[in-house]
Amino acid sequence: MKTLKQIFICVFCLLAFAACKNETQDASTNSLFTEAETTANKKTGQAFITDDESTPTVLSIAIGSPDHTTLVAAVQAASLENALVNAGPLMVFAPTNDAFAALPEGTVENLLKPENKDALANILKYHVTPGNYSKDFLKKFKKLGQANNQYVKIDVVDGEPMIGGAKILGSVKAGNGIVHVIDKVLLPPTE
Amino acid sequence: MKKRLTSTIAIAMIFAAFTSCNNSGKTNGQSGALSSNVAEKVYVAPGEYDEFYAFISGGYSGNLTVYGLPSGRMFKEIPVFSQFPTSGYGYSEETKPMLNTSHGFIPWGDSHHPDISQTAGEIDGRFIFINENNTPRIAKIDLKTFETTEIIEVPNSAGNHSSSFVTENTEYVVAGTRFSVPIPQRDMPIKEYKGNFQGALSFISVAPETGNMDIKFQVLMPGFNYDLSHPGRGKSHGWFFFTTYNTEEASTLLEVNASQNDKDFIAAVNWKKIEEYVNNGGGTMMPADYAHNVYDEHTHTATSTMKKEVRVVNPSEVPGAVYFLPTPKSPHGCDVDPSGEYIVGNGKLSANLTVHSFTKMLAAIEGEKFDGEAYGIPILKFEDVLAGSVEQPGLGPLHTEFDGKGNAYTTFFISSEVVKWKLGTWEVIDRKPTYYSVGHLTIPGGNSGKPQGKYMFAMNKITKDRYLPTGPEMEHSAQLYDISGDKMELLLDFPTHGEPHYAAAMRADLIKERSQKIYDLEDNKHPYAAKSDDDTKVVRKGNEVHIYMTTIRSHFSPDNIEGIKLGDKVYFHVTNLEQDFDVPHGFAVLGQNTSELLIMPGQTKTSVWEPTKVGVWPFYCTDFCSALHQEMQGYIRVSAANANTPLIWSMGEDIE
Repeated sequence: MKTLKQIFICVFCLLAFAACKNETQDASTNSLFTEAETTANKKTGQAFITDDESTPTVLSIAIGSPDHTTLVAAVQAASLENALVNAGPLMVFAPTNDAFAALPEGTVENLLKPENKDALANILKYHVTPGNYSKDFLKKFKKLGQANNQYVKIDVVDGEPMIGGAKILGSVKAGNGIVHVIDKVLLPPTE
Repeated sequence: MKKRLTSTIAIAMIFAAFTSCNNSGKTNGQSGALSSNVAEKVYVAPGEYDEFYAFISGGYSGNLTVYGLPSGRMFKEIPVFSQFPTSGYGYSEETKPMLNTSHGFIPWGDSHHPDISQTAGEIDGRFIFINENNTPRIAKIDLKTFETTEIIEVPNSAGNHSSSFVTENTEYVVAGTRFSVPIPQRDMPIKEYKGNFQGALSFISVAPETGNMDIKFQVLMPGFNYDLSHPGRGKSHGWFFFTTYNTEEASTLLEVNASQNDKDFIAAVNWKKIEEYVNNGGGTMMPADYAHNVYDEHTHTATSTMKKEVRVVNPSEVPGAVYFLPTPKSPHGCDVDPSGEYIVGNGKLSANLTVHSFTKMLAAIEGEKFDGEAYGIPILKFEDVLAGSVEQPGLGPLHTEFDGKGNAYTTFFISSEVVKWKLGTWEVIDRKPTYYSVGHLTIPGGNSGKPQGKYMFAMNKITKDRYLPTGPEMEHSAQLYDISGDKMELLLDFPTHGEPHYAAAMRADLIKERSQKIYDLEDNKHPYAAKSDDDTKVVRKGNEVHIYMTTIRSHFSPDNIEGIKLGDKVYFHVTNLEQDFDVPHGFAVLGQNTSELLIMPGQTKTSVWEPTKVGVWPFYCTDFCSALHQEMQGYIRVSAANANTPLIWSMGEDIE
């Protein structure tokens, strides 16, 4: 666990330096993410508004959860913070740290590399549905259209909805949607 | 020890990283400031004019606001579908008929998509049209006076959302229904929606000279939701395109039930073909009930006429007039590029943008390559009509505009950004964040064959921390970008009024030159006008009292009135005798249950007052008109119902 944290710190440093590099380069460099990274570095956008009155957003719920540090690190690495505080509504399937740890060794580390930012964003977006449904209500669906443009299947097993094979461990209502904590990382089907 | 050292180094590295970032950020900012001064780009010096007009819909305010670009200054709020106490619109006797509908007088509306009239595919700045979503209506505003001069109700429609877009020569202003309903309306179970409800697409003709509107025909489509629309132009002139969702025909929990189909449709309607059919007597006149309200600039009075029938056309009557183009996931925006070749459908729930080709569509129709049909309307094959798609440009695509230089700009609600991409290659060129959750965007001349480029502004749904806080309710924020270069440059952040669903913008020169300064008093044909102090009088007709009143700096005539009794209905017909630019007078009387009047030079307006208390009540001018504005006042005496007070009036003399 500790090693993972250290890796994160290192990755962050790398990211930060990489971002700097981009900035010092000619501003017209054709990098689509220059702006997003600048934004992330400056910590501007909806994600960074001080608001302790409203119900927490799906992002702040994840940030506040000790079981989701890996997910939060991944969201930050993919610069998706501002998308997760949007009016949505957003339904986030949030794999626990254990779920990430269960992935084959090296997977998370690999995804957190700057060059894999798109792949990471794609996986994370596969965990987000534009919608807001309770665990019980999810049983009505056969599939959900995810933010990465792919579908995730829903099966009902023993009266419980299984999201792409993952079990919902608990649910937290958010100001802009709902977070369902799941026990597996959802991997987008490859075409 | 070792561990501690590692983490210390790590922390130090983080600090170093962020510090260096800050530095580089600053350097960047400075070089940016040197190469282009953003403040200078939006600064319009005192006394100088903005280069563009922007007409921004007021959403649930029911109105239309007028802004200048690049300054972002608001110049006027034009009352359209809502009562407006500022001018007395919808309160004065002359303008109340403007808000009449088949459901009676409606004091409020939900205005959505303004669109400026066009000639030969270019914005001409004569009129601007805007739709009311809730009780379906289309309004026309005359850009000579910036007044709403006509409102037509749209029967058989509900949730008038895919409106009010004009064709290349303003032949039609088109109004599509968002909600399908029983046509004709009837008492039936909601569960029987499927197959029984229909969606009306209304083609409202616009008379070339006067701009007068008339519903030429309605196409009765299957019971889908018709979300947005745009006309074909250039090569596709004669066609109109509508996005649809809920092709599932669900009547409940649409957020789930209308998202079942992988693809919905863009409906392509060949209106020229249907027009020809109708001109030859085609279609059916069906009973209907809708108001047509017209404001006459000479009498300064609106009249409301109830119309009793409308011509409807079933697509099956005109083979080859309507086709469906499959489009992924509940498309919202339906935008046609300046050449008329590309039709962009933005699937709200899709991460990709779908672009159809008009040429390929014609070829597919020619080749009769259909993928089945829906209610007799041929469905074209997705692959046959697809020009290309922009892959994963952002989250939650909504609307697209064009700069006329081969680029398109699309808003993304969820990822809160505008993405610039290239037509034909579908590559993403640039992206800029918006603050926050952008809905529509506008480029001057957007819906035309000749966009006027230079600026683009994004209209956001959420404001949060952009301005000084004003409690839970805030005006929406808009951002103005310079789009003259390869990359968009954020110039300005400005608040908008109500909820801006779309805006139409254009170069200021055409409108500016034609803008009217006063109404000609000689031309005033109001039946109760008093064109000089000699014409003033007070006339009793039973319990109605008509006061023919004038205003000029700085008095009312008459300003002393007696002989009003409780139970009377008092009509103040106030004519502003001024013939000087920007010298309106106001009128208000204590206890007035409507609103004040604001009367433009040469104009007559009427306020009805039904006094409830005996006494002597003052009236005054509400507009600071002159140095002696505070002297511009009068009294009206109200006596008991059975009193014998004679009816007398005067100005400048003792009452005899």
